[in-house]
Amino acid sequence: MHKIREKAQLSPNVTRLVVDAPRIAEVRRPGQFVIVRKGPGAERIPLTIVDVDREAGTISLVIQAVGKSTYDLVGLAEGDVITDVAGPLGRPTDLLASGHAVCVGGGVGTAVIWPIAQALAASGVEVTSVIGGRSREWVILEKELRTTGEVIVCTDDGSYGRKGFVTTALDEVCREGGVDEVFAVGPVPMMRACSEVTRPFGVKTTVSLNSIMLDGTGMCGGCRVSIDGASQYACVDGPEFDGHLVDFDSLSDRLTTYREFEQEALARRLACQEA
Amino acid sequence: MSTESEGVQALSGEQAVPLGRIPTKQRLAISRQTMPERGAEARSHTFDEVNLGFNAQIALLEAQRCLLCKQPHCVKGCPVGVDIPAFISRVAEGDLAGAAERLMACNTLPGVTGRVCPQETQCEGQCPRGATLRGVTGQPVGIGYLERYVADWAAVNVTGIPEPAPSSGRRVAVVGSGPAGLTAAGELVKHGHDVTVFEAFHSPGGVLVYGIPEFRLPKEIVHREVDRLVKQGVRIEYNAIIGRTFTLPELRKDYDAVFVAVGAGLPVFMDVPGENLKGVYSANEYLTRVNLMGAWMPDGETPVLSGKRVAVVGGGNVAMDAVRTARRLGAKDAVIVYRRSRAELPARAEEVHHAEQEGVRFDFLTAPLRVVGDDSRWVTGLECRRMELGEPDASGRRRPVPVEGSEFVLPCDTVVVAIGTRANPLLTSTAPDLNLNRWGYIETDDEGHSSMPGVFAGGDIVRGAATVILAMGDGKRVSGAIHRYLEGLPVS
Ligand SMILES: Cc1cc2nc3c(=O)[nH]c(=O)nc-3n(C[C@H](O)[C@H](O)[C@H](O)COP(=O)(O)OP(=O)(O)OC[C@H]3O[C@@H](n4cnc5c(N)ncnc54)[C@H](O)[C@@H]3O)c2cc1C
Ligand SMILES: Cc1cc2nc3c(=O)[nH]c(=O)nc-3n(C[C@H](O)[C@H](O)[C@H](O)COP(=O)(O)OP(=O)(O)OC[C@H]3O[C@@H](n4cnc5c(N)ncnc54)[C@H](O)[C@@H]3O)c2cc1C
Ligand code: FES
Repeated sequence: MHKIREKAQLSPNVTRLVVDAPRIAEVRRPGQFVIVRKGPGAERIPLTIVDVDREAGTISLVIQAVGKSTYDLVGLAEGDVITDVAGPLGRPTDLLASGHAVCVGGGVGTAVIWPIAQALAASGVEVTSVIGGRSREWVILEKELRTTGEVIVCTDDGSYGRKGFVTTALDEVCREGGVDEVFAVGPVPMMRACSEVTRPFGVKTTVSLNSIMLDGTGMCGGCRVSIDGASQYACVDGPEFDGHLVDFDSLSDRLTTYREFEQEALARRLACQEA
Repeated sequence: MSTESEGVQALSGEQAVPLGRIPTKQRLAISRQTMPERGAEARSHTFDEVNLGFNAQIALLEAQRCLLCKQPHCVKGCPVGVDIPAFISRVAEGDLAGAAERLMACNTLPGVTGRVCPQETQCEGQCPRGATLRGVTGQPVGIGYLERYVADWAAVNVTGIPEPAPSSGRRVAVVGSGPAGLTAAGELVKHGHDVTVFEAFHSPGGVLVYGIPEFRLPKEIVHREVDRLVKQGVRIEYNAIIGRTFTLPELRKDYDAVFVAVGAGLPVFMDVPGENLKGVYSANEYLTRVNLMGAWMPDGETPVLSGKRVAVVGGGNVAMDAVRTARRLGAKDAVIVYRRSRAELPARAEEVHHAEQEGVRFDFLTAPLRVVGDDSRWVTGLECRRMELGEPDASGRRRPVPVEGSEFVLPCDTVVVAIGTRANPLLTSTAPDLNLNRWGYIETDDEGHSSMPGVFAGGDIVRGAATVILAMGDGKRVSGAIHRYLEGLPVS
């Protein structure tokens, strides 16, 4: 049982939960995730370990409500419990030892980028973050990222920071030169676009793939992604891969496998909420 | 019930009698009792258990078929050496408590093995009543059915929990709660050791729960067993993935001994084009979604594709479970694609028989070449090639060789790949001192001791994908070795 210690709304559909998980807080490294099952009957869903407080024995989860399971989780209140939190899973981020890294976050991907930026800064790497959202209220974790270095904020409507997509800002930073590695996390089209931006510059680009998962330990193969033509399991071989080698078409396609179920489950849930 | 047996009912069947009092000739006259089962049509739409179990009357008759051989070959056929004549003769005498005691002395999960063991190649395969005499093949004693009968009786009637043994002061970690881990935990706690089981999933049982479906092994039976262990003092930590949450060397430091029983859980794919299309599953994923996550239940939140035409590749128990599951999820056409012939099917005979009754089709001597999809990357078919049997291979089975020009597309919307599993490196890769064989399985000595002092292993992670009874046998045997190892440790 994992008690929710704190709950905060970060954007209209993104919520942070601080949850008891002392062992995971102790051993987790940046880039790793947990599999969460809210309670009996619920799905198992992967969520990045965004931050930890070893002393308090807690981990932070930042959750974007997109469907039944995520709505259910963000519907919990402080003091409620989550039945199962398993982890830490996945390979930790391969952190470069020095140089300049650009961390690009789109939407809830910014939450996945934050622990990476934090670890990079801690090991002395120069960090520039490029984060985006639809408009001002959708931008998350800007203050936190400022502690790691420069932050460039982009909004689609120009209501805050620069108007435009993160890819445009990323392109400019790359043009200035001196970028050793780019970490890009967000919706699949955004990660694909970032990888295309960096390809001509020959800058190594790491993306974090959000394929559909079940066990998170390599036993089902459901999370398989195609990397340079070969199948790899996102849960144990990833979730981070070289963006220049990822078959994004296959990934975004596989993410639609259960669309009908998902839409129906969400509609039913929202109907319950209104009733 | 057959007419043949009716003549002997006056003496036997209706009343319990010591077997020795029934003349052999009369025992020989009783024919094998059939297992009552749910009708094939009705059951292919539900997950209720197919076999309904013997009633007292049928069990008595079946038990009275036993000839009490002087040299009981059946016992030799049992991987854990259950004293079969002893438990069966007690059933015949009506002493079910005695039967349960004899059965459980060697087998801690008889309710499970009575349902899932391949009896036809083990105990029943050795029974002289199944021999062929003058061209007539007999029917072996229904040892598995009787085992199940006694176990189910005991589950209701033998509820006492043994007095806890005095504490030995030793702590043992068991990794994995499949049949090997659960059996070892039960044995170790009896010796007074403090046992903690670490399980990666949120629920116990291993393959018994996430792999073998409800209609063959109701989860209730496994949960009942786990409850017993917990009442005896076994602690279970769920969501504890060894290799991630804790490493094996860490456990070794915190516990006096470790038993590793993590199974062989890594799926093997066919490595043919199209395997990443939507609608292609490993059997592990398909069965886990349905069984562990309850996708078949109306309120299960985990989705599974319920295809109308499902092709399952493989011929073992896993393939049979997947194809019968597909039928229950609503598949109109559920077909087994197997590259050898019927004679080589490795699945339990009863599973094949039940699958056929339920309308499953079999495409023998057929090998997949490619998964075919439409523009939106949904599966639309499985391109296959016909095979014929050539020369025997290393395993003595005739090797299938392709028939040139025999390619065809089997139309389907779901493909389930059930061609085997491998060792998962998650745990072993964090234990550099653990010796593995070239397939990644843990190497042990005859006692189950690995290359790391105090670390033992058993079940599928040592043998490769095997059987429930062998995993349990390992749990029992290796826990004995662990106990001796702990007794030999210097007093701290
Ligand atoms: C390693 C990993 C780390 C992740 N970390 C986070 C995180 O920190 N915060 C967070 O909010 N989400 C994260 N995700 C995504 C999260 O797991 C999914 O959003 C969640 O499973 C959706 O469940 P649902 O029932 O709410 O929505 P569903 O009903 O399952 O889906 C609703 C919509 O979301 C899409 N979707 C489904 N699964 C995913 C997925 N895995 N990724 C992206 N979109 C998906 C569907 O296509 C559909 O359009 C992560 C995923 C992975 C694999
Ligand atoms: C679908 C299917 C049908 C089968 N049918 C039959 C049958 O009819 N008859 C028969 O005799 N055999 C059958 N088998 C084979 C039989 O189930 C296995 O041989 C047996 O379960 C092996 O037992 P085990 O205890 O070694 O491992 P498992 O049952 O595999 O249990 C291993 C446990 O360890 C856990 N685990 C794995 N990794 C870790 C980790 N790193 N940390 C913590 N926990 C971990 C797993 O979650 C699991 O609970 C079948 C197998 C399958 C898949
Ligand atoms: S989630 Fe099952 S193998 Fe990755």
